[in-house]
Amino acid sequence: MAQETSIAAKARAMASKQREISISEFFTKNRHLLGFDSPRRALLTTVKEAVDNSLDACEEAGIVPELDVTIERANGEDRLRVIVTDNGPGVVKAQVPNIFAKLLYGSKFHTLKQSRGQQGLGISAAGMYGQMTTGHPVKIVSKISRRQKAHYFELRLDTAKNRPEILCDEQVDWEQAHGTRVTIELEARYQKGRQSVDEYLRQTAIANPHVRLTYKPPSGEPMVFDRGTKALPVEPKVIKPHPYGVEVGMIVNLLKGSKSKGLRAFLMNDLSRVSARVADEILKEAALSPRARLSRLGNVEAEKIFRAIRKVRIMAPPTNCISPIGEDLILRGLKKEIDADLFLTKSRSPAVYRGNPFLIEAGIALGGGIPADQPVKVMRLANRVPMLYQNGACAITKSVTATDWKKYGLQQPKGALPVGPMIIMVHVASAWVPFTSESKDAIASYPEIIKEIKLALQECGRHIGRYIKRRKREAEELKKREYIDKYIPHIGIALQEILDLSEKQKDRTIAQLRDILERSRKL
Amino acid sequence: MSPKKKAVKKKAAGKAPARKAGAKATATTARRTEDRETTNRIRGTAREVYGKIGNGVKPHLTFPMRALSNVRYDERKGYFELGRTRKNRTLTVNTVRTFAQTLRMMGLSKEMVEAETFATKREAYYVSKNWEEAKFNDQTESDTVMDDMEALFSLHGINREQLRFYPEEHGGAVAGELVIRDRNPATGKLSVIDCTQMGTGAYTIPHSVEHLEFETKARFILVIETGGMFARLHSHGYWEEAGCIIVSMGGVPTRATRRFVRRLSDDKKIPVYAFVDCDPYGISNIYRTLKVGSGNAAHINKFFCVPKARFLGVTPQDIVDYELPTHPLKDVDVKRANDALKNDPFFKTHKPWTRALEMLIKMGVRAEQQALAKWGLNYVIEEYLPRKLKKKTSFLP
Repeated sequence: MAQETSIAAKARAMASKQREISISEFFTKNRHLLGFDSPRRALLTTVKEAVDNSLDACEEAGIVPELDVTIERANGEDRLRVIVTDNGPGVVKAQVPNIFAKLLYGSKFHTLKQSRGQQGLGISAAGMYGQMTTGHPVKIVSKISRRQKAHYFELRLDTAKNRPEILCDEQVDWEQAHGTRVTIELEARYQKGRQSVDEYLRQTAIANPHVRLTYKPPSGEPMVFDRGTKALPVEPKVIKPHPYGVEVGMIVNLLKGSKSKGLRAFLMNDLSRVSARVADEILKEAALSPRARLSRLGNVEAEKIFRAIRKVRIMAPPTNCISPIGEDLILRGLKKEIDADLFLTKSRSPAVYRGNPFLIEAGIALGGGIPADQPVKVMRLANRVPMLYQNGACAITKSVTATDWKKYGLQQPKGALPVGPMIIMVHVASAWVPFTSESKDAIASYPEIIKEIKLALQECGRHIGRYIKRRKREAEELKKREYIDKYIPHIGIALQEILDLSEKQKDRTIAQLRDILERSRKL
Repeated sequence: MSPKKKAVKKKAAGKAPARKAGAKATATTARRTEDRETTNRIRGTAREVYGKIGNGVKPHLTFPMRALSNVRYDERKGYFELGRTRKNRTLTVNTVRTFAQTLRMMGLSKEMVEAETFATKREAYYVSKNWEEAKFNDQTESDTVMDDMEALFSLHGINREQLRFYPEEHGGAVAGELVIRDRNPATGKLSVIDCTQMGTGAYTIPHSVEHLEFETKARFILVIETGGMFARLHSHGYWEEAGCIIVSMGGVPTRATRRFVRRLSDDKKIPVYAFVDCDPYGISNIYRTLKVGSGNAAHINKFFCVPKARFLGVTPQDIVDYELPTHPLKDVDVKRANDALKNDPFFKTHKPWTRALEMLIKMGVRAEQQALAKWGLNYVIEEYLPRKLKKKTSFLP
């Protein structure tokens, strides 16, 4: 008896400590999951989240993006202020607090279509990081029309409740017709290099040739990345989930949220590529009634549907949810930012992993000013967003390493990146890019994705061989020419010594000999 | 800058005394004729190259192939002769460096002949440091070019010494019934060396021996592999007792040693007996090189070998007869012996040698000269050599 009482007491004591953890609190303790693990990386992540949001908004509104990124020194050591301004549609007043100061609030999570942002986590997380490290609120200026004034907000995120706290809400004048400006002060470090903001913006400019970007780093000259085209990418369409991509839990959720009348209608309306015939087949396999009331269906039925789907042949998902950059624009992007002799691009046709359509594009820049004695640089992009961290964990890096570059005349140590004057760019476009973590640094290694990347690289690679061979021949030629110039005079000197030749005779002999050797080489 | 280069530069200064000395002695006259021939050959070769270039044709140099595969052994002639295989080095982009270096080396040679001086292989390497881009990066490079050049000129009967390149190594030691007439290298004055009067020391063979004259009543020349054995025979005055000249080779005999023994035995018509360790190295490297020369320097064997030499010991049979202490043959020894049996024209020609080597391989052991000390330190002097010399017919060819 006494024992039982003590257990119950313990359970009660434990219960007093058990409470909901807000996502904000979770993030406070796990900032690395979102890409804020070091001051340097925090800066990149903040810029990245703001830029991604701006670009998504502009494109969705059909505006050719014009962005300004400014990073300033703020008071205090390791304190920087990030200001990102766009010419986008702006955010309506009522939504501003939620979008910028509430985690997991967004427009994109519940739809399947290609976009940079997915979860509605990034920009709020950046603001929260700033608030945590400096105490300064996020400042927003947003304007949606020339006829209206701009709104100015200072926002703080209540981490316990994951709710925005409005510190300041004013109407202000802003010279822009429409757009948004986000200002975040944060603990950060500015540093150049492979994982820098500079590199991120440069790659963004390459993958988004329709964007004009001005950039003022905290030190050094301001930069302008001009646009290579005024044409906006084709706006991807929203698609419904493909049956092959849904899991049991997801089916349950879809059933709950569906407005369809009856199971057959649900299958046809709420999933893509399910025709009347396919729906009937699924129902037959699952042994469920076409008219079954959705509200009566639970886990057991969802499981039956899930199993039935595997047994039915269903057409691949529609691919209009993907908007590739296109071979021509990749070419323009690369040419605009990289000094190279040869550019190659390949856009593959869409393919599918786990019911999600995706499309691979590859670009290669060769020669020119690219160093020849180092491992090649790989630019990884997912839905036009550069990924700068977690190189080794990414399906793109794995695919580049797994491709046999020796075939194309490059050196390649076993299991490593090839060595040569080359920059490889790989773009994975998908309505749902399978990132390995929330910080979106690496793509998960689905065999379908790796296969497609390798095919794209191989198609570019075929043209590399010829170029590399020619370059090698030219280098050898140059070496030989140097060699001739170096040693032929000594033959002249020796003959002069032995035969007592005059200077004139000697020089003539040297010239004649050079002629003979040049001539023989051309044959 | 090396002092040698300075000496070479004084071309004009070197010529005048040479002419004067030439008028005085016939030997010097002969040398001058020889020198003229050398410079003429160098000029001739250079003129050919020059002419080809003038005609717009790629010039080339012809070298004999230097390898055991390009060697013939004629028993009557008694030495390895260079085969007919030649290699042409045409001036192309890939050969331009070596080609230039070979020509510059020829230029150096000509300068040295004219200045009456010489350079050791190492010195020549240092002289090349003045050749800017054409300089040699290490001595193996310059040695190869020199060996090629030597082979080229050997086709015209001109040897390395005549080209004024001298080896680093000097010859072996000599003691015994021999008087050598040499000259003072600085003054040219005659100097007479009596090899019986060297006390506990010995006469050292100079690197060039062509000018030496000999006086001797010795009955034979005993050529010895090791300095240790030489010292024993010398300190007990063996040469006096046996009426001979003893020469220490110190391993594979240098060119100078070979040439010295050759000239001495030819001039004075005295036989040469070799006394080396009984192992494949002593037999196939030391003795074979002494007698018929080597494979990769076949172009000079004509001069630098002693075809008259015969093998006194230690023979494989001696190991049995004298119950000598032995060591087992190493793998490299066995390989060397098998190689000699299979590929070396000398051993293939002489049946007694084939049998001896086969016996050695079968016994699987080797014995050193000094193993005779088992029977007493002076056993070699009192018993072994006298007994062997009584049966000269048993010497291996």
